[in-house]
Amino acid sequence: MSEPTGSTPPAIVTSRTWRQGSWELGRYLQSGGYEGLRKALAMTPEAVQAEVVTSNLLGRGGAGFEAGRKWSMLAQKPVRYLVVNGDESEPATFKDHMLIEGDPHQLIEGTVIAAYATGASLAFIYIRGEFALGIERLEAALEDAYRHGAVGPNIFGSGFSLDVVVHPGAGAYICGEETALLESLEGKRGFPRIKPPYFPAAVGLYGAPTVVNNVETVSNLPWIVTHGGAAFAALGQGRSTGTRIFALSGHVNRPGNYEIEMVKTTFRDLIESPRLGGGVRDGRQVKAFIPGGVSAPWFGPEHLDLPLGQDEVGKAGSMLGSGAVTVMDDTTCAVRAAWRITKFFWRESCGQCTPCREGSGWLEKVMRRIELGQGREEDLDLLIDACDNISPGLRWPPAQTTICVLGPSIPSSITSAIHRFRDEFLLHVKEGGCPFPGALPR
Amino acid sequence: MAGLDKDVAAHARRIVSLYPEKRSALIPLCHLAQAQDGWLTPEAMEHIAELVGVDPAEVAGTASFYDMLHDKPVGRYLIGICTNIACLLEGGLELLQHAEERLGVAPGGTTEDGMFTLEEVECVGACDRAPCAAANWRYFGPFRPGSLESFDELLANLASGALDEEVPTHGVLSRTRRQRGLEVPLDQVRSQRVAEDAARRRRQEASADQGDGGKS
Repeated sequence: MSEPTGSTPPAIVTSRTWRQGSWELGRYLQSGGYEGLRKALAMTPEAVQAEVVTSNLLGRGGAGFEAGRKWSMLAQKPVRYLVVNGDESEPATFKDHMLIEGDPHQLIEGTVIAAYATGASLAFIYIRGEFALGIERLEAALEDAYRHGAVGPNIFGSGFSLDVVVHPGAGAYICGEETALLESLEGKRGFPRIKPPYFPAAVGLYGAPTVVNNVETVSNLPWIVTHGGAAFAALGQGRSTGTRIFALSGHVNRPGNYEIEMVKTTFRDLIESPRLGGGVRDGRQVKAFIPGGVSAPWFGPEHLDLPLGQDEVGKAGSMLGSGAVTVMDDTTCAVRAAWRITKFFWRESCGQCTPCREGSGWLEKVMRRIELGQGREEDLDLLIDACDNISPGLRWPPAQTTICVLGPSIPSSITSAIHRFRDEFLLHVKEGGCPFPGALPR
Repeated sequence: MAGLDKDVAAHARRIVSLYPEKRSALIPLCHLAQAQDGWLTPEAMEHIAELVGVDPAEVAGTASFYDMLHDKPVGRYLIGICTNIACLLEGGLELLQHAEERLGVAPGGTTEDGMFTLEEVECVGACDRAPCAAANWRYFGPFRPGSLESFDELLANLASGALDEEVPTHGVLSRTRRQRGLEVPLDQVRSQRVAEDAARRRRQEASADQGDGGKS
């Protein structure tokens, strides 16, 4: 990406991303590139896996599952696969986009390390089709990595051999769900698979055991192997170890990706620090913020002092999810914001399950009519009722009536907006229009 | 039009060879076809079906699921305006409205000269440049209310060819194409892994015998 990220030290995955030519092999090698892989290949696969277990690296895709534990669940069949999930599509998340474009060799190095540790026969890096420049740079980097001996037969003379294939997606949010991604990789529509089996580690790509790891997760591996899992675990606090990239967007002076030591920073620091978000634009107040992608329930100003840790945010009733923090200032119309998120889920529902397919469309229509001043007071109860049909009880974490978690993610923004800004909904109804500035939905 | 050109078909066969099951190449091949024709023609879909060993209806069925694959012609440049949350907050709807007026088409429409197709898109992960516009999935922005003339400049530069190096024509995803097939035959990998797994089990047994619980 074009600008320095302004990360606080230590930068584990973003140490190169903002530098000119950061995607080229020469630059990568000058800054210690592929040393982690050389070190890993001199270790036994189980020793590499043990370092990752020690690091307590949590998956950076959204679910936050321990990466080392995920690996250990992989069925030890002679043919097994590694699939790197680069289908980043959670709205307002743009960290993997940066890592793919800005440091493709780090991604390749991490991929080979993961394949070595898990004994994968073949590794696929599935990249969201819309990341055209990222695909271009990754393909070029992969060619250079083959020539350098970091991928292919007998890697760095170790006897370990591996091919890596870059696979482009073609535009579907749902393919970020790991079983939908596998269907897509098999050349099919991106329909999430019915569970059980719950984990691709048992039945994955072509029915073989498969590890699916996120781009940022894998990009951490060269550092973890080089410096040791304990060094990684020394950063952060509790279960949230190491650093994490937070994609900050919305009404801040400096939107961007910031790599931050976990738990040691609060949302307020992220938004207000001059090195990070630089404060809310025009000196306005935070009305609400989304702490982890649009599937997450919204937070209010009272949550600003929460630390950026997985369990801390979970206990407060939301999630760190994909690491996307979106700030809404006091000029924001809560109805319009929640409407747009609902429209997104409606467009991206794969259509397999009735509650999600039908529910998202109904909710979008009702939200739109309220925003346009054509709503009724009883629409609020209607919205809550429809949300409750998709995710009974409207609890957090949400109950599920559908094959995948897209469905239960739909109510988050609507119930958050109604809970926090009920008066605003009623004002739309009473005034017969939206009291906030800006263009309206059509 | 008769499916994929000879050299494109040769490249398509190389892509097919990368996968343990041919059908996996279906989507990459659809991108190749779009790079050739700008959209996914029925002839190309038939050719892809033949290359990956499925019925043409299966290619159409899969392709129709994905937003980036177009079964109708689109302009030289696909202009995607994001109006999802990060862009919405910064003026995404205003940008979309402006783009509609400039191009004289509604989302989904193509200008009469065939230069531009306009689309309202979901988040493309360029939120540090919100509200952003994608031209054939290369990203530009921010285009906030008050600086919309820079969006007009983008359109002008695309139309004049000034951005040809940065933005290829519609359908071209990556200008770097993989030239090599798999370097390690899959049956060779399989026997390597069987040997590696056996070695691991021996190490585990050996360390268990030494009574350290298999940790080393």
